[in-house]
Amino acid sequence: MTLCYEMDEKYKMIRLAVREFAESEIKPVAGELDEKEEFSVSLTQQMGDIGLFGMIVPEAYGGQGLDYISYIIAMEEVARVDGSQAATLAAGNSLGINPIDKFGSEVQRRKYLPDLCRGKTLMGFGLTEPNAGSDAGATNTTAVKDGDSWIIRGRKTLTTNADTPMTKGSIVQAVTGQRPNGRTDYTCFIVENGTPGFTLNTLKRKLMWRGSNTAELFLDNCRIPSDAILGNPGDGFKQMLETLDGGRLSIGAMGLGCAQGAYEAALRYSKERVQFGRPICKQQAIAFKLADMELKIELARNILYKACWLAENKRPFGKEAAMSKLYCSEIAREVADEAVQIHGGYGLFKDYDVERFYRDQRLLQIGEGTSEILRIVISRAIGC
Amino acid sequence: MKIIVTVKQVPDTQEVKIDPKTGTLIREGVPSIINPEDKNAIEEALRIKERHDDVDVTVLSMGPPQAESALREALTMGADGAVLVSDRSFSGADTLATSYLLSRAIKKIGKYDLILCGRQAIDGDTGQVGPQLAEVLDLPQATYAEEISIRGNGVTVKSNFDSVTRVIEMKTPALITVTKRINRPRFKTMNGVLRAFRDKKVATWTKDDLKLNPMRIGINGSPTWVRKTFVPSHNRDGLVIEKKSGEMAEDIMNYLLEKTLFRL
Repeated sequence: MTLCYEMDEKYKMIRLAVREFAESEIKPVAGELDEKEEFSVSLTQQMGDIGLFGMIVPEAYGGQGLDYISYIIAMEEVARVDGSQAATLAAGNSLGINPIDKFGSEVQRRKYLPDLCRGKTLMGFGLTEPNAGSDAGATNTTAVKDGDSWIIRGRKTLTTNADTPMTKGSIVQAVTGQRPNGRTDYTCFIVENGTPGFTLNTLKRKLMWRGSNTAELFLDNCRIPSDAILGNPGDGFKQMLETLDGGRLSIGAMGLGCAQGAYEAALRYSKERVQFGRPICKQQAIAFKLADMELKIELARNILYKACWLAENKRPFGKEAAMSKLYCSEIAREVADEAVQIHGGYGLFKDYDVERFYRDQRLLQIGEGTSEILRIVISRAIGC
Repeated sequence: MKIIVTVKQVPDTQEVKIDPKTGTLIREGVPSIINPEDKNAIEEALRIKERHDDVDVTVLSMGPPQAESALREALTMGADGAVLVSDRSFSGADTLATSYLLSRAIKKIGKYDLILCGRQAIDGDTGQVGPQLAEVLDLPQATYAEEISIRGNGVTVKSNFDSVTRVIEMKTPALITVTKRINRPRFKTMNGVLRAFRDKKVATWTKDDLKLNPMRIGINGSPTWVRKTFVPSHNRDGLVIEKKSGEMAEDIMNYLLEKTLFRL
């Protein structure tokens, strides 16, 4: 008998702790940071202070020593209040910290993890290129060995956290040769900001996650020492796939949290808003929308937590991670859309949080594997 | 130095509704929280711990088994140990029986320097347990503390009452009740959660673990009973005066004078 739907008290405490922080510190400023399109260093450090970075990193490296489900619950709770801060955290943990913890050398782990886990620094993960999005195999960035170092040339884009005042550097994936079987060899490098030839440009005028940082990276013959290679040369593609599997769980959590936040706002509003002499939640057209929202959120939470459980217990979880990210992000769209509908005309204004949720959810069906790519992942897993 | 903080788990009254028929709280689906001013007391104990060497903070609560989660939260904030006294025979306790029982648990905990309590609980609002506990234990007490400083075996407590500030100096061991103005409780950290559940324990004591006079616990030990709780009804009918405008003004004026809402 191992099937158990009761949450451990520890997870309830994680949820309570993050909810109190998010309601008190993030909620009051989320709208303003969104409107000004501003990344907040102080808020990011505050999130570091309560331990929202390095959640699954061992304590010996400055991490919080928690498990995957704790991490996912924390992301869900931040996203319930603000997608931008959740993005900073999800990218920081899943793409910046976890690859170094998982694949990095002892020296790299000692060098980078303590500050990253304390929220003193951030690390980007440069994968996407102008011509290599879903088709990661089309990567043009190259690294050529030159004595004891490597020369990297290329360009990355849409990299979260890469160009903030607290960014230490970015993990950059580059083509490092051809294998005898004709396959391309990829290698990941840790490229520190300030490296000659490495320049950054923050991308502005985003629709969503406007309080988070998104940048493009230019690598113009950057000389990188060999000990900046993450893991072994040639491991880059495998590392990227594993990183994305884990990253999908946190994007799933962001979808779930976004849906939860939008739903709660809609439910609250529907009890206050009176039309035709009754609160609109007492009218079936609206009540059914809310029932559907609750249903979708419940289902999304179930698949996401199951995938976390698989990951935590070292079982294969690629299919379930894809399903979680796909389902959570799609219901985030549906729920945010209906939440705006329930708010009527007011839902179109920034005075109501649902306006922001409606915009923020849109990335979730694109980032870290589009919905279409995820359907490919799932269909391959079932033998199509 | 050892500090004991008493904690009560209460329903979050911001979320609570009262059943208009029975006059009792509808607790179903209402989250339980640490009584807010008890949280201030925990925070103050932790700040003393940060300022001084070798301070141990133990939190103590009387309540049903689920009150363990309030103690676990205190451990997450940084308390070192926790004791829950829980037994069916304790239920129905008023403030007198509660302070007696807490005093027995404190005797069992052993040596201490300071007891910190929240001023009052948001569900009962009596503010009696802290002062009564000091009396049962025969300790000096200072209430409504907004500032506490410790030097050697002395403690200085500052409280504000409207236009008066009161400063009390006491020798430890002593008991202090604090208000929400004393500090802002910290946020719980992720690693704090881990340590609270992995490294720390909540000891649960029943009546068999404590030396108790059965006539002083639960309903037997409670001279006060709540006779009735009810929701006060707010009448907003208003007074309608239909007269000529001049006479109407006079009537309104007389009415306000009569109700002493207005003075000439």
